[in-house]
Amino acid sequence: MKKFYKILRNLAVSMTVATMSLGAGNVQAEDSIKVGVLHSLSGTMAISETTLKDTMLMLIDEQNKKGGLLGKKLEAVVVDPASNWPLFAEKARELLTKDKVAAVFGCWTSVSRKSVLPVFEELNGLLFYPVQYEGEESSKNVFYTGAAPNQQAIPAVDYLMNDLKVKRWVLAGTDYVYPRTTNKILEAYLKAKGVAKKDIMINYTPFGHSDWQSIVADIKKFGSTGKKTAVVSTINGDANVPFYKELGNQGLKAEDIPVVAFSVGEEELSGIDTKPLVGHLAAWNYFMSVDTTKNAAFIKQWQDYIKNPKRVTNDPMEAHYIGFNMWVKAVEKAGSTDPAKVQDAIIGVEFPNLTGGTAKMLPNHHISKPVLIGEIQDDGQFATVWQTNKVVDGDAWSDFLPESKPIIADWTAPISCGNYNTKTKKCSGQNYK
Amino acid sequence: MKSSLAKVCLKLVLMAMFIVPGLGSTEDSAITSDFTSALDKLATASMQEREAAVQHLALTKGPRTVVVLQALLDGHLYKIREGEKLVVAKPQGDSLSLNDAESGDDLGVKEPAELQKITLNNSLRVLLRKTLGRLQLNSSDTTTRIEAIKAMAKVPDEESLTLLHDRMAVEQETAVQDKIKIVFAFEQLDRTTKSDRIAAIELLKTHPTQDVVNRLNALVEKDADGNYLETDNDVRNKAKTALVAINSKISFYGGIETLFFGLSLGAVLVLSAIGLAITFGVMGVINMAHGELMMLGAYATYVLQQLMPQHLGAALLLSIPTAFVVSALVGIAIERGIIRFLYGRPLETLLATFGVSLVLQQTVRSIFSPLNRSVSAPEWMSGTWQVNDFLSLTWNRFYILIFCLLVFILLLQILKRTRLGLEVRAVAQNRNMAKAMGIPTAWVDAMTFGLGSGIAGVAGVALSQITNVGPNLGQAYIVDSFMVVVFGGVGNIWGTLLAGFSLGIANKLLEPTAGAVLAKILVLVFIILFIQKRPRGLFPQKGRAAEG
Repeated sequence: MKKFYKILRNLAVSMTVATMSLGAGNVQAEDSIKVGVLHSLSGTMAISETTLKDTMLMLIDEQNKKGGLLGKKLEAVVVDPASNWPLFAEKARELLTKDKVAAVFGCWTSVSRKSVLPVFEELNGLLFYPVQYEGEESSKNVFYTGAAPNQQAIPAVDYLMNDLKVKRWVLAGTDYVYPRTTNKILEAYLKAKGVAKKDIMINYTPFGHSDWQSIVADIKKFGSTGKKTAVVSTINGDANVPFYKELGNQGLKAEDIPVVAFSVGEEELSGIDTKPLVGHLAAWNYFMSVDTTKNAAFIKQWQDYIKNPKRVTNDPMEAHYIGFNMWVKAVEKAGSTDPAKVQDAIIGVEFPNLTGGTAKMLPNHHISKPVLIGEIQDDGQFATVWQTNKVVDGDAWSDFLPESKPIIADWTAPISCGNYNTKTKKCSGQNYK
Repeated sequence: MKSSLAKVCLKLVLMAMFIVPGLGSTEDSAITSDFTSALDKLATASMQEREAAVQHLALTKGPRTVVVLQALLDGHLYKIREGEKLVVAKPQGDSLSLNDAESGDDLGVKEPAELQKITLNNSLRVLLRKTLGRLQLNSSDTTTRIEAIKAMAKVPDEESLTLLHDRMAVEQETAVQDKIKIVFAFEQLDRTTKSDRIAAIELLKTHPTQDVVNRLNALVEKDADGNYLETDNDVRNKAKTALVAINSKISFYGGIETLFFGLSLGAVLVLSAIGLAITFGVMGVINMAHGELMMLGAYATYVLQQLMPQHLGAALLLSIPTAFVVSALVGIAIERGIIRFLYGRPLETLLATFGVSLVLQQTVRSIFSPLNRSVSAPEWMSGTWQVNDFLSLTWNRFYILIFCLLVFILLLQILKRTRLGLEVRAVAQNRNMAKAMGIPTAWVDAMTFGLGSGIAGVAGVALSQITNVGPNLGQAYIVDSFMVVVFGGVGNIWGTLLAGFSLGIANKLLEPTAGAVLAKILVLVFIILFIQKRPRGLFPQKGRAAEG
């Protein structure tokens, strides 16, 4: 029993010390700028998001080494929304009200973004969203540094149609908002290009689907009519591994039926044996294999920071890299971290991409990016087989859906609207259904 | 026929004229220098220029042309960053052992960073296969020849047909002859002579493949005005009857395929549920951490594969007992540490084991990182068993089906024939009576739970072959496992077997028409309705134990 008390006393002492040092930290924090990192560190999405948290810590660390921002040190505030969508909103509120962060970098999947959107708009915070998404949204408070459909899906389909002469299309996706909207846009686009309805097969599967036998067999059958067939995959997350394994096992070679994926990057491939997948495609705005000095330096910095020479880099990491540096430039330009000032200052800010070329923050809060299409190699990397000549401007509202064709987003005066109808000249406010 | 024969003869003569001077010794050095320049071109070519470089290389027909092209196709062709020399590299540990592409000389070992791979794209791969096919058509190995013909048949052109004609003249193997005949038959269909075309259809009918179906379908197609594209009635009717015969074959094999898909999905369900049938069915413990015990089994497979990367097959076989032991020990620890205090309180057991499942997940995340781990399949488990052109069964699913049945039989024998099995059944039927008879019930509880958990681990080994090995592996299967056990009848492992297979088949029958999402929902609705009618499942326990 005596021992027990001793432990209790020790515990109490150490806790007091901890609280005191925490308090000391708060005093220091007076002259530091806080940056929120809102990425899941547990649950289903941890697989993708943990890397982005580390990326943010690395970027903040580097900025501090360069002397911080506006003469102050940057301080990362990391919270864990645990892959739980309502918790994303709670944690976002906590970051903005309790920690009073100057900007938040985070979210992955459109569901999480839609969940935090009202919070950011209510409290006028800044969110940098680093993942490719379905478009049809532009908020005053969100900067979309990932690809819009016209920066990923449409160029990929163009490549298949023009370079590989694909005539029949399988649109396969996980059953949620991003694949559904992307496929809606793609279907409209394909039909506009004269593809018949019977040459398009659309298939949705639940999250984490693991038994792909009949679907892969169906694709095989659909693709065996003699016309060149390709699969456009918006299959998300964990479901990809069994899907590609089944493709490999059923002998569906990339030469016969190529699969172009929008959610499979270097990180996802590091969990698969890639030998049977060689030749399948992915469309992104960044590949680790792109040979530029900037990229080589970034990869080295990342592998040194994470102390693992085998870790890979991927597209959303580059998006955070660009987004963070744009924010830094905007804050320097505005001379303040006040969200309203940064929102004005950031439009038009330019920052070099890792793959060559320059990204620019556009008035619709999207950025301009190059589009790359790569083939999977047996070492888990992509070899670029096609890329756009110059950067492509992100388009918030797709031109291929009749209902969103006349709508534009422009956050500069005089329009200052994320959902402006050029025909009726009306602003419908923000749209986050 | 005659005219084409004459054409072939002419080509033969032309080719002979080409080849004969090539035998002179002065030409040998010309070939070598040409080969060298072709290699240089390949080393410096951009992705767009690579196609021309490959074609150039193929034309040189040097002694090492095939070796270099094959290495390029297999992804073993690199260039040394300094000096741009082409080498064929094979992995040796973390580095690569090199052979000079031109001479084949051993160049020692280099680090991957010093080398740059010559990458390919899909159109280059098709070209390479075709080119290699042409070069290997006269190989002494029968299978190589058949593969060569297959690659050439994919993009048939005038030159390939000529080469095939040449080969046909000297070919002895009937299997290879048949393959060549089919390629010719496709070409014959495009001719004008009616008898030739009908003969071609007759031949193709006996070798039904998907290509044949497509080709015949084209013969019976109508244009936009409803007129047949094919004007010759006899040819069209012949094609129609051939199609009817082939189509009935296709739908027959389609049925077998669906059945196999259903059985293999069922096997996965049974494997993941059978451990639960012991812990939940026999002991009555709602173990929410069951899925995580499977996950541990899958990670055991991963660790063993990391330890012996050269022997994937052996590692997989070894991981079966390892996974059993690991999961069983963790299971026993859970039972001794938590569950035994909660017997008779199912809600608290549920919550406690759910907590355990979260702890296990996060532990794995901290040790192995939240990223999925890659578990490779050994050679004999990858690929398909091509029964014929319309039916191919994937090996991994096939082995898992067999493995599932073996595990089931083994478990049945343990429960029926061993002392442990007898005690388990005794405790399940009447705990107090068993205690009175001198059975150490606490020990039996621990062992039973260990057995169920160990089998979950073994299921994890099978799952590592078909799905992600990651911290979330267990969650994906826990609901399905409970569903199968409840549907089969709690406490009856035969019920679990039958329930797993029937749910698997039902799912696969529904999937093509209803889609994957709806099929899952329909199966769930069916189970709910079934449980309303028969609350104790397919095979309810009978007797006094059932009332208790």
